[in-house]
Amino acid sequence: MAENILRMRRITKTFPGVKALQDVNLDVVRGEVHAICGENGAGKSTLMKVLSGVYPHGTYDGDIEFEGSIAEFRDIRDSERAGVVIIHQELALSPFLSVAENIFLGNEREKRGFINWNETNVEAAKLLRRVGLDLNPVVRARDIGVGKQQLVEIAKALSKNVKLLILDEPTAALNDEDSAHLLGLVKGLREEGITCIIISHKLNEIREIADSVTILRDGRTIETLSLHDGSVTEERIIRGMVGRDMESRYPDRTPSIGEEVLRVEDWTVHHPQESTRVIVDAANLSVRAGEVVGVAGLMGAGRTELAMSIFGRSYGSNITGTLYKNGTPITAKTVGDAIRHGIAYATEDRKRYGLNLIDDIKRNISGAALGKLAKRGWVDGGRETVVAGDYRRSMNIKAPSVTSITGKLSGGNQQKVVLSKWMFSDPDVLILDEPTRGIDVGAKYEIYTIINRLAGEGKAVIVISSELPELLGICDRIYTLAEGRITAEVPIAEATPELLMHYMTKEKD
Amino acid sequence: MATTVKDPVVSTPPPTVKDGVSFLAGRLRQIGIFVALLVIVTLFQVLTGGALLQPDNVSNIIVQNSYILLLAIGMVMIIVAGHIDLSVGSVAAFVGAMSGIMVQDWNFPWWAAFVASMVIGGLVGAWQGFWVAYVGIPAFIVTLAGMLVFRGLTQIVLGNQRITGFPEEYRQLGGGFLFPGLFPAETNLLDWTTVGLGVIAVVLLVVTQLRGRATRARLQLEDEPQAWFVTKLAFIVAIILGLTYLLASSRSGTPIVLVVLGVLIVGYSAVMNNSVFGRHIYALGGNLQAAQLSGINTRRIDFMLFVNMGVLAALAGLIFTGRLNSAGPGAGNLFELDAIAAAFIGGAAVTGGVGTVIGAITGGLIMGVLNNGMSLLGVGIDVQQFIKGMVLLLAVGFDVFNKRRASNALK
Repeated sequence: MAENILRMRRITKTFPGVKALQDVNLDVVRGEVHAICGENGAGKSTLMKVLSGVYPHGTYDGDIEFEGSIAEFRDIRDSERAGVVIIHQELALSPFLSVAENIFLGNEREKRGFINWNETNVEAAKLLRRVGLDLNPVVRARDIGVGKQQLVEIAKALSKNVKLLILDEPTAALNDEDSAHLLGLVKGLREEGITCIIISHKLNEIREIADSVTILRDGRTIETLSLHDGSVTEERIIRGMVGRDMESRYPDRTPSIGEEVLRVEDWTVHHPQESTRVIVDAANLSVRAGEVVGVAGLMGAGRTELAMSIFGRSYGSNITGTLYKNGTPITAKTVGDAIRHGIAYATEDRKRYGLNLIDDIKRNISGAALGKLAKRGWVDGGRETVVAGDYRRSMNIKAPSVTSITGKLSGGNQQKVVLSKWMFSDPDVLILDEPTRGIDVGAKYEIYTIINRLAGEGKAVIVISSELPELLGICDRIYTLAEGRITAEVPIAEATPELLMHYMTKEKD
Repeated sequence: MATTVKDPVVSTPPPTVKDGVSFLAGRLRQIGIFVALLVIVTLFQVLTGGALLQPDNVSNIIVQNSYILLLAIGMVMIIVAGHIDLSVGSVAAFVGAMSGIMVQDWNFPWWAAFVASMVIGGLVGAWQGFWVAYVGIPAFIVTLAGMLVFRGLTQIVLGNQRITGFPEEYRQLGGGFLFPGLFPAETNLLDWTTVGLGVIAVVLLVVTQLRGRATRARLQLEDEPQAWFVTKLAFIVAIILGLTYLLASSRSGTPIVLVVLGVLIVGYSAVMNNSVFGRHIYALGGNLQAAQLSGINTRRIDFMLFVNMGVLAALAGLIFTGRLNSAGPGAGNLFELDAIAAAFIGGAAVTGGVGTVIGAITGGLIMGVLNNGMSLLGVGIDVQQFIKGMVLLLAVGFDVFNKRRASNALK
């Protein structure tokens, strides 16, 4: 029996400055449900993009063997023709088209360029029944819920004669009922002989439906475990995910912790468009002067949403709860208010939300506190340059001059510009969201040093990260976040990767 | 990328010819537009057998294009913020019509009509800014509506009648000259008022440039090479003096509108480069979300930009009306397209975040010289339209090409 439908051999994929995958091997048996696990950034999505042709043949090293022959996919259409279909985490339905149109998008039921509507709708209805959806195929995609949209995506995949279906975090946005339905469907597909690869953070789900699991860490394959005999526990998988290497990748620091600076009480945030969907659920947290506090959570746990909602309500709707600054309640309804209250937030996505990439270093650094350099509305350009030059030296921003365009800097140097910008705004609390994402190891060490320096100056620092070793290496205290709820508060002395991962994957009782 | 620079004040090796060439290549994008203007001027000067740079024709080009250049200043600011304004022609016509009604029917003195007109322009801008900034309707839609609404209002308030016979003082702004009787052309070689203005402008320019360079040297900021600085300054001085000479030997000297325009160009350049407001415009145009997350009140800035555009459109309406001595229902037609074209030819980016006042002015002058030169050559309106369209397309195409090359260099 054990015939492999897919063998990926020694896959290596390099992005400028970062090796995302190194010699990764993956064997998937025909007709099984194969799970892929790993921390954020371990390379799961990159591997799936290599497999599905998003990164075409030639942009990576290694071989993909699909159904016994070497596959060299040039693009997604190419891989779909072979029977490999990927359903991305962010659903890709066109909201104003009907469900039927979405199912056959790019693959229309047509005759000489004209769409055969009857065939489209009849076939769509058949596919929808196969995924257990009793839905009129002419309704618009935006008028059905997220759970149903996910099923429509699967119906779309089925219309393409899928042999290998890849699901990237399929239940991340679903409620329990929809999740159960979806997992049941995956089991049903297995009965029909369709092979599934499923990426998921929910370990209980994996144990429930997967036949085997491959664990990735830092862009390498760690191990593949069979889940058939039930001997593999969630703890066993976690151990593979977090690994055990904790060398001196983190600079030393002797914390000197002072008074509480910021406290968040009973903080509840709803989705900005769907104002009944809870994203952050009655969160409580606090941070003291000179303290580095970690927030650990998996993708979709609500980390960024928590941070941005605190930062002048820049995310969410229907926000309730109280912020206390130095013990007194404050209101920060706009980002401007938050900055005036001494809160700074350095985003996880510096290119989209952190920098003006077409402008230079000095103007980015002064961007959040231009008023400090101005008199009656006129900016003192000379002083701005001097200030930026000081930051360039103290933060070791590697660039020819402060007039270099930030879009041309490396990730690590861009991050230093973002940090400089917020340091110049002179905050008491800095919220750093994934401060080392997409940064090479050397620059990471520098960022950690800067964080230590900030704490040493008496700033309160909150670090959000999905890399547990990083949090364990630099924090004094760690909160874990799962499904929008703070599930634990762990002092650093008691924190282990296993314990944190346990709380990070803890589901609602 | 990862050039390790430990200390910014390292002693630089003496410049070589190769350095100079690569420096000029780096500046090409900035100076390209000025070079294009010079090439076009030279081309038409030759083709028209010297008629283009005849003193009276130069004066004519400035006055003829003044309102477009004025609109281009406001337009480039709006484009840098990532918006567009299609209504400026209609707004200029509406304000011109209202000013006509004020001086003719309501017997306002000319200055009161001017002030009231600017206020009307500001209110019109506030109206459009409200919809763009606070309601969140794309500027393209809001100002397309505005284009129709204010064209309609112009025709309604005028009752489809043209207003003519504006008072002498009113007409000075659009068609007047500075102290015309002081140095009559019959008895004077040159108009010394113009010469004086030109010399003052040159002195101010040289002093501010030298002081700026001295400050940068004191702060140990890297600066352009001395040879380049001197060449650039000498070149600009030569252009100003040349223009001064031409205007001084023209029939009437300096057009009043040139002084207004000069003040606005200098003023708005300073606003865009050195004021908090201007810098926030570039920040929000470059990356709206990053600007919002930096605590910038982007809605207020969008609102203010449209108010500003309304006031400038009002001023353009007053100039145009004064120059023609007439406010008509069809006035200002297609002004918006000329102003938008000027901004884009002048290097503004369609995606926002990039653009300068001086670039937009240069772009406007390119269009103006093309118009004037082709008219002198007797080229028909049909061919003129065709050529102007192609110039706009190629200029923006060049910009897109440049950007793609730059972003490929990053990979």
